[in-house]
Amino acid sequence: MSKPLLEVEDLRVTFPTPTGPFRAVRGVSFSLGRERLGIVGESGSGKSVTGRSVLSLLPPHARVEAKRLSFDGKDLLTASPGEMRALRGSRISLVMQDPKYSLNPVMRVGEQIAEAVRDKGAGARRRAMEMLEAVRIRDPERVFNLYPHEVSGGMGQRIMIAMMLAPEPDLLIADEPTSALDVTVQMQVLAILDDLVAKRGMGLIFISHDLDLVASFCDRVLVMYGGRVMEERHARDLRQATHPYTQGLLDSLPRIDDDRAELPTLKRDPAWLKD
Amino acid sequence: MIQVRNLNVTFGQGAQAVRAVRDVNFSVAEGESFGLVGESGSGKSTALRVLAGLNPHWTGEAAVAGVSVGQRDARLPRLVQMVFQDPYASLHPRHTVDRALSEPLEIQGIGDVGPRVERALTDVGLGPAFRFRYPNQLSGGQRQRVAIARALMLEPKVLLLDEPTSALDVSVQAEILNLLRRLRRAHNLTMLLVSHNLAVIAHMCDRLAVMNRGAIVEEMDVATLRRQEPREAYTRQLLLASRGYDREVAANIITYD
Ligand SMILES: Nc1ncnc2c1ncn2[C@@H]1O[C@H](COP(=O)(O)OP(=O)(O)OP(=O)(O)O)[C@@H](O)[C@H]1O
Ligand SMILES: Nc1ncnc2c1ncn2[C@@H]1O[C@H](COP(=O)(O)OP(=O)(O)OP(=O)(O)O)[C@@H](O)[C@H]1O
Ligand SMILES: [Mg+2]
Ligand SMILES: [Mg+2]
Repeated sequence: MSKPLLEVEDLRVTFPTPTGPFRAVRGVSFSLGRERLGIVGESGSGKSVTGRSVLSLLPPHARVEAKRLSFDGKDLLTASPGEMRALRGSRISLVMQDPKYSLNPVMRVGEQIAEAVRDKGAGARRRAMEMLEAVRIRDPERVFNLYPHEVSGGMGQRIMIAMMLAPEPDLLIADEPTSALDVTVQMQVLAILDDLVAKRGMGLIFISHDLDLVASFCDRVLVMYGGRVMEERHARDLRQATHPYTQGLLDSLPRIDDDRAELPTLKRDPAWLKD
Repeated sequence: MIQVRNLNVTFGQGAQAVRAVRDVNFSVAEGESFGLVGESGSGKSTALRVLAGLNPHWTGEAAVAGVSVGQRDARLPRLVQMVFQDPYASLHPRHTVDRALSEPLEIQGIGDVGPRVERALTDVGLGPAFRFRYPNQLSGGQRQRVAIARALMLEPKVLLLDEPTSALDVSVQAEILNLLRRLRRAHNLTMLLVSHNLAVIAHMCDRLAVMNRGAIVEEMDVATLRRQEPREAYTRQLLLASRGYDREVAANIITYD
């Protein structure tokens, strides 16, 4: 077995708040090879904070601790801000949960993608156009010149994905990357990520609320609750999950062919957070 | 309650012009829930923004409760409210939750602000503890719940919902969908719901329209959706893709014009 790309051991993230320290991530461990790892879990369970810790993209007042946090053998905990910036621009990319918020509002979207291409210069524009086509944007010529407020929600998301794939990263952390896409475009975008994992050996962390999608797309899945990993499973076995939390999440999904009037919501059990 | 006739919206001019909405017709009865689904960029949000009075450049007819949305009619804010796709666009980063929820009341000169704000927060499953937080102190899901609470502050008759639960976890989604169904029954609310999630549409709507490239491809009732028996090939492909990821299916997706 080849060495894992990313190793995370006992990750803890604490935010100071007016009512005392808040422990957003409480001892998360996992390792990632050249595969598709899904992270699911309820809102506030710490999925985004976990993803952002890997890239040192948390606010300065956040306290990040871990027994181990390493990428391709390099210790991320002791990396300087400059080294982290270099990694982010080239080897690790993050597709953020809120695409429009992370795009520069006064810069044309095509130029933003071109800027993310590793080899700058004349080729960058053509490469940006190719990226727009790859994520199935219709009329890439027109869309290249639009500003973020002029694109639809799903276009914004695909522009973010194009931008983050432009430097050809070894590790992609995608935080709800397809939540605004229609299901056909979503499928095509996932196929791009799938190919990058299968053919280029990229590692992918896929954060999503869509349990059915993760079950069909990922190799493994972590189920998070209250800043911890409740269980880890083969994605294709997700529906057979036995943990009551995972079961609760699955039950709360509406299905196209059922007509339950009320959807069940989670009954949380304090025992889930006992050490 | 909602009437849309020959609606057209074009952005830009000349060679760069894009017809975002093309000859769209639909109507929604009082108390009915109508879904809009379809391709990303097909004009769903644009149509909703017209109805919310947020897009002045359109032609055709668009009215809510008989009031044309073209005029800046003072009755409109209490008739129709919208929940946006992107919670960042609707919540001011430097305004507390309290301010976001009080503002519509103050603009309309409605009193009893404090208790109403707390009730609204409880209604959407947050609770008073969140009242003085800023958006950046909320998770993605918590933020969208605040946006929904704000749209409900003026007790509108029509709710326009643009992907209201796509940023929420599935349990909160279930809570919000249950809440919306409850509110709809209690206040005889009329809803226009945009979603990419066909199961959410099946759960929430009586009828739906499928859009592609700015135009409505077909309209159907929810029973037809449940049986997965649409008329158009475009919709069949949509249903196939909604069954989960499949590399084979992905490779065979075709683009409809
Ligand atoms: N800057 C911050 N200051 C204080 N608390 C924070 C901050 N950022 C996140 N949190 C808190 O940390 C917890 C985890 O947040 P995170 O964004 O990781 O949730 P998530 O699992 O991604 O949720 P969602 O599915 O809603 O996006 C939440 O309770 C959130 O309120
Ligand atoms: N302000 C604008 N200026 C120029 N073009 C615009 C503007 N707003 C929307 N458009 C264009 O109109 C088309 C329809 O956009 P709209 O946001 O209505 O799509 P949508 O169906 O809601 O898509 P999604 O599912 O991705 O949110 C897109 O091609 C978009 O680029
Ligand atoms: Mg998140
Ligand atoms: Mg939209």
